[in-house]
Amino acid sequence: MAERNFGEVVLKVDNVSLSFGGVTALENVSFDTREHEIRAIIGPNGAGKSSMLNVINGFYHPQDGTITFKGQARKQMRTHDAAAQGIARTFQNIALFKGMTTLDNIMTGRNLKMRRNFLWQALYWGPAQREEMEHREFVEHIIDFLEIQAIRKTPVGRLPYGLQKRVELGRALAAEPDLLLLDEPMAGMNTEEKEDMSRFIIDVNDDFGTTIVLIEHDMSVVMDLSDRVAVLDYGKLLADGTPDEVRGNKAVIDAYLGAVHD
Amino acid sequence: MTELDTFPKLLVDRAKRYADRQANREKEFGIWQSWTWAQVAAEVEQFACGLLAMGFERGDKLAIIGDNRPRLYWSVAAAQSLGGVPVPTYQDAVAEEMQYVLEHAGVRFVIAENQEQVDKVLEVADRCPLLEQIIYDDTRGLRGYDHQRLSSFVTVQERGRELLAKKPQAWHEEIAKGKGSDDGIILYTSGTTGKPKGVVLTHENMVVTAVNSIEFEGLREDEETLAYMPMAWVGDHIFSYAQAYVAGFCVSCPESTDTVMTDLREIGPTYFFAPPAIFERLLTNVMIRIEDAARLKQKLFHYFMGVAKRVGTRILDGEQTSFTDRLLYRLGDLCVYGPLKNTLGLSRVRLAYTAGEAIGPEIFDFYRSLGINVKQLLGQTEASVFITIQRDGEVRSDTVGPPAPGVEVRIEDSGEVMYRSPGVFREYYKNPQATAETKTPDGWVHTGDAGFFDDEGHLRVIDRAKDVGKLTSGAMFSPKYIENKLKFFPHIKEAVAFGNDRDHTTVFINIDLEAVGNWAERHGIPYGSYQELAAHPEVYKMVHDSIEQVNRDLAADSHLASSQIKRFLILHKQLEADDGELTRTLKVRRRIIADRYRMLIDALYSDQERCHVDTEVTFEDGRKGKISADLQIRDTQTFQPTAAAN
Repeated sequence: MAERNFGEVVLKVDNVSLSFGGVTALENVSFDTREHEIRAIIGPNGAGKSSMLNVINGFYHPQDGTITFKGQARKQMRTHDAAAQGIARTFQNIALFKGMTTLDNIMTGRNLKMRRNFLWQALYWGPAQREEMEHREFVEHIIDFLEIQAIRKTPVGRLPYGLQKRVELGRALAAEPDLLLLDEPMAGMNTEEKEDMSRFIIDVNDDFGTTIVLIEHDMSVVMDLSDRVAVLDYGKLLADGTPDEVRGNKAVIDAYLGAVHD
Repeated sequence: MTELDTFPKLLVDRAKRYADRQANREKEFGIWQSWTWAQVAAEVEQFACGLLAMGFERGDKLAIIGDNRPRLYWSVAAAQSLGGVPVPTYQDAVAEEMQYVLEHAGVRFVIAENQEQVDKVLEVADRCPLLEQIIYDDTRGLRGYDHQRLSSFVTVQERGRELLAKKPQAWHEEIAKGKGSDDGIILYTSGTTGKPKGVVLTHENMVVTAVNSIEFEGLREDEETLAYMPMAWVGDHIFSYAQAYVAGFCVSCPESTDTVMTDLREIGPTYFFAPPAIFERLLTNVMIRIEDAARLKQKLFHYFMGVAKRVGTRILDGEQTSFTDRLLYRLGDLCVYGPLKNTLGLSRVRLAYTAGEAIGPEIFDFYRSLGINVKQLLGQTEASVFITIQRDGEVRSDTVGPPAPGVEVRIEDSGEVMYRSPGVFREYYKNPQATAETKTPDGWVHTGDAGFFDDEGHLRVIDRAKDVGKLTSGAMFSPKYIENKLKFFPHIKEAVAFGNDRDHTTVFINIDLEAVGNWAERHGIPYGSYQELAAHPEVYKMVHDSIEQVNRDLAADSHLASSQIKRFLILHKQLEADDGELTRTLKVRRRIIADRYRMLIDALYSDQERCHVDTEVTFEDGRKGKISADLQIRDTQTFQPTAAAN
């Protein structure tokens, strides 16, 4: 493997705090992500990992702190704007349209890139048709990339869990994101499926240069995959560094790796 | 005109004669992409010249690793045009198996389909001292690799174009140096015993075989085929390459291994090959779906399948049938057979072959009664496939037909089938001893199969000659015959029979997870794994009944009545090629299984009712694990022989 080269800091989280009523989900958390990096957030259940992702893509609004994405600082943002700026994500509990086919689900990921309004699309004529063909071609490249040709026309509700996760990744990729947020991409998978998924994540990062922030429970996967790891515990940033640094960090061992939290 | 005695020469000719006819198709990005013969020739020319620029010399070996892809087929022609020898290898082989072939064949260049295959080659590259360059087709994931010994197919073609700009005739000059007696390919046989052997076939072997078989079957340049069997297998090489180049027909490659059934339907081949297992699986799928269909549809299906069973094969064989039967069959074609064939992707099939294993008579007749011309043949890598082929109108489920055109067949006193033909291989690569053991000085080849000619002059193969044994009573014991009878039941996937030098027969059973799983679902039987399902009492009962049925059949056979099965068990795991229990072409490796499960066999020949077993298994990525189980052993009833023994 060649040396990994990273660009500028593309995402910077500064002193972010988030609470729901009296419950503090995040407390003064800061970290950054460089372009082209695979960044992991780990931590026990309830540590605030998913909340962190939700803050980054504008679903939660932090009471304090700022998020800087591609040089633009913000405190509040709507999910729609986040998507328009190039942030895409997958969810811990798969959020696909179960009755729709793989192809259609991934096509929905192109929604923001479509110029024609729904009337044009309903007519499916002229420019609308040409546009759809372009998007379809892009989606076919994703289908090829993720090796899901065989389920192109299968309703996703009928697919096994591991494949649904892959379709969800496909939909996120369809938005051509600069930053990809993956919430437990490997939860509930067997060893083989995990290996496949790891391979896809590395390939996405490699071939498209996409920056990736992921949450994952499987330690061996995290340590293999990521360039840097941020550790959260009870909403606080406990450690931040390369997998080796984190693995040797005393506080981390005590709080997470050593202790049973489930 | 020079003689077209090599495949590259044929390609140059086809590019002129069929310039605008399609030669290859591949589904990519959801659309069928196609290449005409002229385009294929240009692609091959550029790739070949790229190889030349990289230092490929006459006699060099190019290993080919991957699924059926047009570019991999082109690389076969490219290597051949430079006087090199392509060595296709089984794409699902683990790294060590691959290393053996790469090392033994002395491979200098490899073309691999994708990152997965490149990784495997890189893993063993240090142990293959002659290996220099790895070329890959799909670039995905390979960007970050060290490119000192790696290049993509496209960059090789670029180098080829540079060379062609300087020497426009380079390719044609190289092709002109080739002769029919040159080595055309080395195919490693998976081998049921020992290390694989590299069968060397010359251009002449394959060109003559292709010409003969094309003439015999009346294949034309407008045939359509789908190449989906491993490229390392001689059948694919002859059907999808040799015959295609000689006849000039179009070969399509599926989008991925998982989409073969859909692609089959879209292409609608006219010429089709499938091993019995695939015909069997297609039929199982049909039956499962029919059981889920509405009542009226089921009734229609069963009624018309009854009609087809009665008259379908006779109509196909051109025999006399009554007017009403023909009318009913026509109606059935409209309502059932036509749509069914369309779903299976077999509506346009003019000729289909099955070979490699015995096919169940019900399965065989099912397809023939639909009007699909499925025929059996006896083939071997050493023969460039064809030894015998069934003639149209003389097709039986239990024979493999008379000798193929140009082939002589004789039966040794030992019962072994021998043949001699223009397709007979030159040698086993770097293995003169094995060559001498298999091929006599006057060109006859031992098949290793035991068989005889029936009254119509059709060959009937019973078993591997070395597997036919004797019970202690002295009666003949043919394990494969018994296993095949068992495997014809849809819920039995694999069976291994023991009995040589024993006083009775016992068997291991592997259930068919798909068929039994579906049955379990419909009967509300929960199960978590293959192991759990296999141990279920209801499943045991089902297998038990099937075995007694087989015993009843055996009792009626004068030669085999004493081979009735006395005891059986259902294995706790599926027999796997990754564990070395099956060959890559999915044939049982008897000796290895007997060795591995010695404890279980001993238990079968004791009066134990249970037996504990620990087994090491290999996962797809090559790592190993262990599974253990407590297996039940059951006794089965045997029957009085109903035919007089002679």
